[in-house]
Amino acid sequence: MTATAVADERLARVSPVNRALKRPEVGALIAALAIFVFFAVTTDTFATPAGASTWLQTSSTIGIMAVAVALLMIGGEFDLSAGVMTGFTGLVVGVLTTQYGLNIWVAVLVSLALALCVGFVNGLLVIKTGLPSFIVTLGTFFVLQGIDVAGTKTLIGQVAIQGMKKVPYYDQPHAIFGSTISIGDLALRVSVLWWIAVAAVATWILLRTRVGNWIFAVGGAAHSSRQVGVPVGNTKIGLFMATAGCGWLVGMLLLFNTSTVQAGTGVSQEFIYIICAVVGGCLMTGGYGSAIGAAFGALIYGMANQGIVYAGWDSNWLKAFLGAMLLIAVLLNEWVRKRAEETR
Amino acid sequence: MTGEERVTATGKRIGRVAREYATQQAREAANGKPEAPAAPRSPVPAGARSAALPPRGTPIIEVEDIGKSYGRVIALREVTTSVKAGEVTCVLGDNGAGKSTFIKILAGAHQHTEGRFVVDGEERHLSNPRDALALGIATVYQDLAVVPLMPVWRNFFLGSEPVKGIWPARRMDIEFMKQTTRKELLAMGIDLRDVDQPIGTLSGGERQCVAIARAVYFGARVLILDEPTAALGVKQSGVVLRYIAKARERGLGVVFITHNPHHAYPVGDRFMLLRRGRSMGDFPKSGLSLADLTSMMAGGAELESLAHELERSMGASSDVVEELMADVEGEKR
Repeated sequence: MTATAVADERLARVSPVNRALKRPEVGALIAALAIFVFFAVTTDTFATPAGASTWLQTSSTIGIMAVAVALLMIGGEFDLSAGVMTGFTGLVVGVLTTQYGLNIWVAVLVSLALALCVGFVNGLLVIKTGLPSFIVTLGTFFVLQGIDVAGTKTLIGQVAIQGMKKVPYYDQPHAIFGSTISIGDLALRVSVLWWIAVAAVATWILLRTRVGNWIFAVGGAAHSSRQVGVPVGNTKIGLFMATAGCGWLVGMLLLFNTSTVQAGTGVSQEFIYIICAVVGGCLMTGGYGSAIGAAFGALIYGMANQGIVYAGWDSNWLKAFLGAMLLIAVLLNEWVRKRAEETR
Repeated sequence: MTGEERVTATGKRIGRVAREYATQQAREAANGKPEAPAAPRSPVPAGARSAALPPRGTPIIEVEDIGKSYGRVIALREVTTSVKAGEVTCVLGDNGAGKSTFIKILAGAHQHTEGRFVVDGEERHLSNPRDALALGIATVYQDLAVVPLMPVWRNFFLGSEPVKGIWPARRMDIEFMKQTTRKELLAMGIDLRDVDQPIGTLSGGERQCVAIARAVYFGARVLILDEPTAALGVKQSGVVLRYIAKARERGLGVVFITHNPHHAYPVGDRFMLLRRGRSMGDFPKSGLSLADLTSMMAGGAELESLAHELERSMGASSDVVEELMADVEGEKR
């Protein structure tokens, strides 16, 4: 059929630039570039290798979670327990190794298994009860937060893990989760590589695989997807587990980077992830968004977070900035959605 | 167990069958197996369209005195009709006439309790929609099962995405999906500017047609269309009717459910009228004019039989009967 080969004459030729402008993540990319230029010009240290490694590190741990949360949000759900999960997984490893002398690799795997279980329970509760994930994960959030503080205090008598470095074989997971790679003057944390890898894999899954198609579908119209045979429940449960799994990854990155973890780690970060995902182009209502966009959203957060410090401003301005970004992004996304849905 | 949950389970099963097929299909394509343009594709292992569409006029589905009761409630009884390859069977009836019970039996969602349901000359009891699908009977419901924000090509293959490559590098065969979507829609006479546009940007009629084309592609020999024109304007309805005619031309059997005789008559080859759960008759087009159809829908037949009844008891000369007969004649004009 010749018509399939040639471009349709009714479509005006669209330049690659214009085509790119229609992607959901483009707003976040432009904002990230603007913020980089702003702080690079107004401060001395921001654009230096030392400065860059600092804000890249901040962005990376936030970014991994933001990407996971973005996939979940495209699938139509929220996970408020994502933040506290990063503390919980680190604490599990810390307590099991320093207090009970468990092999560090076994502890790391136990921690992963627990995280996946929590993700599974989150997903199962949401699917089976039909309750909003906002409420269900708010519940697991508080349960985990309580366990983190009370459990840690009961088991080790304090609220922070100490003596991680003395644990046998500490070097091995440290090399994977907490090392630093020097490229010239740039001291690149390994977490940055994890961030890039997670963003790349998530984007590939979302845009190129069957599961990605299902993620868009279950978030966009769950009933319709069910009718054509999409496994709605499994897709959503898988997303919750993936988010929890990323929580574990970030937990490990934080633990082996600093060799300690506080009982309160990760609390209140969950909203940052959601903000990054929305700034990256995700619709709050699901069915539309981008994984790489969430990574850009996290980059914006990391740069603003550090740039405000370098500029010598009150760091509380960060909050105001984030709020404003969120509002702009939501308005922009709504406009994009209306345009996409409107009948011609 | 609610109805919704049942749909869920069957929906999953349907999807699985279709998915397995799609994978196999994609693999064959990847192996460089030449694809004849006329080669029928079927998601059904039993080989619905792979056995090719039967010649025009061959009955695919025949129902004889079929009925359905739920305990004491008789939803449908004594319905007889047939669906032939390359023909459109219209099922007409007002709200509550039993149209949905009838299509649910054909679609496998409900089982009939009386009569014979014959597919390809063999009597069947379908226990779920998957059975119907395996026989090449596909139903397009009113809500169409599309996701508005997703591109047309993603919607077309949703739940049955063809894949290529080996896990973990297994991915959707996007090029194949886009081309096939365009090709299949074109074969239905829908010439889309861009299969990448969200399906929500299409008009209601076009969306309906995408759903029809999807059912055809995934191996339907019989298409059951549940009031496809009910929510559409005049022009859009015309578009859908044209695609129904197109499906007929391709040799499919179509069951067109509607309450609008003006939509049914131009495309229909056979008309089955339902009223209060009973068939009012099954007519070939040659035995029926649009006026007949309309008057029957409007209750003309009942009026007529009432007139005849009165004629017997009161004599043809009675004023009342004469008046009634005139009414009936008038309705027929």
